[in-house]
Amino acid sequence: MIPPAFEYARPAGVDEAVRTLACAGEEAKVLAGGQSLLPLLRLRLAFPELVVDVGRIPELRGVREDGDTLVIGALTTHHAVLHDPLVRRHAGLLAAATATVADPAVRHLGTLGGSLAHADPAGDLPAVALALDAELVVAGPRGRRTVAAREFFVDYLQSALTPDELLVEVRVPKTDGWGFHYEKFHRVAQAWAIVGVAALVRRDDGHLAEARVALANMGSTPLRATATEEALTGADGPGAVARAAERAAEGTRPARDVSASPEYREHLARVLTRRAVLTAGEMG
Amino acid sequence: MTGQAVEREVGRPRLRKEDARLITGQTNWTDNIQVAGLTHLAILRSPMAHARLTRVDVSPALRRPGVLAAFSGADLAEGLGSLPCAWPVTEDIVLPDHPPIAVDEVRYAGDPVALVVARDRYAAADALEAIEVDYDPLPPVLDLETALAPDAPLVHADKGTNRCYTWPLVTGETFEAVRDRAEVILKRRYHQQRLIPNAMEPRSVVVTPLAASGEYTVYSATQIPHILRIMLSMVTGVPEHKLRVIAPDVGGGFGSKLQVYGEEALTLAVARKLGRPVKWTESRSEGALATHHGRGMIQDVEIAATGEGRLLGLKVDLLADMGAYLMLVTPGIPILGAFMYPAIYKMDAYAFHCTGVFTTRTPTDAYRGAGRPEATFAIERIMDELAAELGLDPIELRRRNWIRHEEFPYTGIAGLTYDSGDYEAATDKALALFGYDDLRAEQRERNRRGDRVRLGIGVSTYTEMCGLAPSRVLRDLRYAAGGWEAASIRMLPTGKVEVVTGTSPHGQGHETCWSQIAADVLGVPFEDVEVLHGDTKAAPQGMDTYGSRSLAVGGEAVHRAARTVVEKARKVAAHLLEASEQDLEFSGGVFSVKGSPEARRTIQEIAFETFTNHDLPDGIEPTINAEHVVDPENFSYPHGTHLCAVEVDTETGRTRIRSYVCVDDVGRAVNPMIVEGQVHGGLAQGIAQALYEEAVYDDEGNLVTGTLADYLVPSAADLPDFVTDRTETPATSNALGVKGVGEAGTIASTPAVVNAVVDALRPLGVHDVRMPCTPERVWRAVKEASA
Repeated sequence: MIPPAFEYARPAGVDEAVRTLACAGEEAKVLAGGQSLLPLLRLRLAFPELVVDVGRIPELRGVREDGDTLVIGALTTHHAVLHDPLVRRHAGLLAAATATVADPAVRHLGTLGGSLAHADPAGDLPAVALALDAELVVAGPRGRRTVAAREFFVDYLQSALTPDELLVEVRVPKTDGWGFHYEKFHRVAQAWAIVGVAALVRRDDGHLAEARVALANMGSTPLRATATEEALTGADGPGAVARAAERAAEGTRPARDVSASPEYREHLARVLTRRAVLTAGEMG
Repeated sequence: MTGQAVEREVGRPRLRKEDARLITGQTNWTDNIQVAGLTHLAILRSPMAHARLTRVDVSPALRRPGVLAAFSGADLAEGLGSLPCAWPVTEDIVLPDHPPIAVDEVRYAGDPVALVVARDRYAAADALEAIEVDYDPLPPVLDLETALAPDAPLVHADKGTNRCYTWPLVTGETFEAVRDRAEVILKRRYHQQRLIPNAMEPRSVVVTPLAASGEYTVYSATQIPHILRIMLSMVTGVPEHKLRVIAPDVGGGFGSKLQVYGEEALTLAVARKLGRPVKWTESRSEGALATHHGRGMIQDVEIAATGEGRLLGLKVDLLADMGAYLMLVTPGIPILGAFMYPAIYKMDAYAFHCTGVFTTRTPTDAYRGAGRPEATFAIERIMDELAAELGLDPIELRRRNWIRHEEFPYTGIAGLTYDSGDYEAATDKALALFGYDDLRAEQRERNRRGDRVRLGIGVSTYTEMCGLAPSRVLRDLRYAAGGWEAASIRMLPTGKVEVVTGTSPHGQGHETCWSQIAADVLGVPFEDVEVLHGDTKAAPQGMDTYGSRSLAVGGEAVHRAARTVVEKARKVAAHLLEASEQDLEFSGGVFSVKGSPEARRTIQEIAFETFTNHDLPDGIEPTINAEHVVDPENFSYPHGTHLCAVEVDTETGRTRIRSYVCVDDVGRAVNPMIVEGQVHGGLAQGIAQALYEEAVYDDEGNLVTGTLADYLVPSAADLPDFVTDRTETPATSNALGVKGVGEAGTIASTPAVVNAVVDALRPLGVHDVRMPCTPERVWRAVKEASA
């Protein structure tokens, strides 16, 4: 568990961080809370020449409101996110899912931005960002750009960030009045989700006016269960939800690993989607 | 004896005196040890399960910065003997050569291939990547059954077979005879998955040489400093009297540090070669590969009974995975289980055969319970199956077969004489705490309405043999060492007491318990007692800690040594008080003359009088120190009843333990708080085998679960609140009446949990779920049963 040698830089601000990254090219990795990168280094699965520690850039921390949107600094820790009153009021799904991330020690160090930039499809928060239709604000040598969560997760551990870019903000549209639930299925408390389902529903007059369902660990990126979402529109009871949930695994390509087969993951996706939507819609 | 010790300490739930330093880390774990000029050893390990080494070139590593030396196996072969196996269970056992570092062939993924010594551990780890090795792949040997086929590829080609040994134990009538008159015969196959011990503290070794005198101090995170000293001397050729072995505070073992490891020999060999102190500490993932594993067996079990459920006989055929090499007690582990399959039940026939099989996997050896959990699992699982087959309540089936309390001492079919026990009392207490009848009623109701979440109840009425122990029995089992334990007591001139023990604690709380025992016998304050252990210079004689032996054997030795101190002090007291020994009373640490209570001396005052020796007559030795070596006549036999209720979600396959009740009888409890802690930890480990842990290999023989992200050790968050209680039936094989508690929870809990899972699903047609009962396995079992 001894990492390979690397150079270390600790920029004081975003501009300096971006410049440092731009100089280093492909060989640099950004270090935020270190809860994903450090294990990769210690297992010698990653060999960056330069580690750019952005952990001391204060402007990257904190939560603020911007009209109908919450703006969460990329370096805000999971602990801070899940206890933040604005997040709890306007993005309950994010708070609920963040509470399931690993354990308290990890939540005090790990960050929302780090978790999204790591783009692990088994992570909880990429799926949640997808369900929330979050936008990710990225700083680079050419200035800032905004990437929709749907465009951000490109492949396994691969995001839309270029090597010289830094994730700085996560913009989360407020979901006041939406029902929400994160259904995480894992074998021990600290383990990754075998499958996770993030559900957001807006009810109108006894039926579901709109539903968003995002799946963790059902492919090389987090996925929206689009067939289920369409079938849920107008659903008026548990039977309709169950029928819609039967389509949750459509279009997914879950992996086979030591904790589950693809067949079992598809089954779980259907069951957990039904449960998540029923709980979110208070229909169960 | 005139005068009794006042027992104020034994039985008292004291907080542990060692915890302040252990919990705060204000102590020397081996990896904390720093000495001037320390160098660091790193080990390159085979990435292949089986291959010939055609080239190992360490020279590129030597050119890396900070590197002091690098070695291949061939470089070190001359000075290093084979690692020892101290338990050759049969005369014709196959004993392969086991070099501490591979010379021409690697036989498991993780086998050491080359070494680097550098100024710091970072330089050492980096330099490993420069070493060039060519592997010529050989076929892996992974399946226990096909490994025994005549044309199977061989782990040790020179031995001509993968069969290590076959060991039988056949007693009573023949199984065939009782099978003929049986009305019910059940045959089951159970799989004991491999487990990775995962002690909290990784293994670590520091060796400091004293060049002038040719002496070496070996610090190791080991359970067995005394055995290690002897064995390291034999492997490396360093004379025993020039070796000092210290086990500093050690953070857990569970059997995994009951071992003489290649890394210990290699660190010593390298320190000797370089004349410099050397440290090696394993990483977690290195430990997963190279620290021995536990379990790894296929059990074919057949049970014969009458229609009323009286057991007639039991037949057990075992295939035991030795792994690639035989380590310290590898072959003996299944043999420890051989005596436990009949458990607490009476029967007429018992036939046991175990075949040890070599595979190209990490060697196996003792892991908490060592053979007994496997045996207990098989008998308790098949008892629940038999109850279901007969339509009997599983408790009732056990009542019809167990040894009744008035029948003790009882010699069972496997030849063990159980000295004491009361299975009825423990079971009745457990049933009441559990609310057995109410849970059965709820179960019926859920089954009736076809609930998606089923309730299951699992029973385990276990016993075990521990307190290893009788040297004559160990001789009959071809175990190389004895089973005694040593203790000595030093009465310091100021009245303080040093208890020196040959046991070697690694988390158990010996310092507290041994202090309680000595304080009671000597009548001195608990705080006045210090316990010394784990250093062959301070505690020269010992057989160390494993097999729940420390209290029943080592604690008994402390007890007897303390009693000898009192008897020696009595002679001095008689002289000082000008009374005859018969006229002295001893109570609460004070000798007094019967009838004249003002004439008194405390034992602590007597310690000072013997130190000054100004006034002792000829013939009285000026010391009241004493030592004792105990070799008990029998093992001890803890027992108990464990009841587990689970809720199984038949849709996802997830098992949730709803309640867990255990009533254990570990004899007298010296410290009930420590007993409870041991039970809690044991339960967690047994539940882990039932539901979570498994060392998984792929088809090439690579360990897939090599990190704690894939090998799932449950934490407190995953475990229920345990309800624990005790009955106390004193053991008769030692004066303290203690039995041992280190392994009981692990032995009992695994079958209780799996029985509960199967019990929940039996109405759906499920009869078994392979361990660990993962959600996917449960889901598949339900799916297949309903198909």
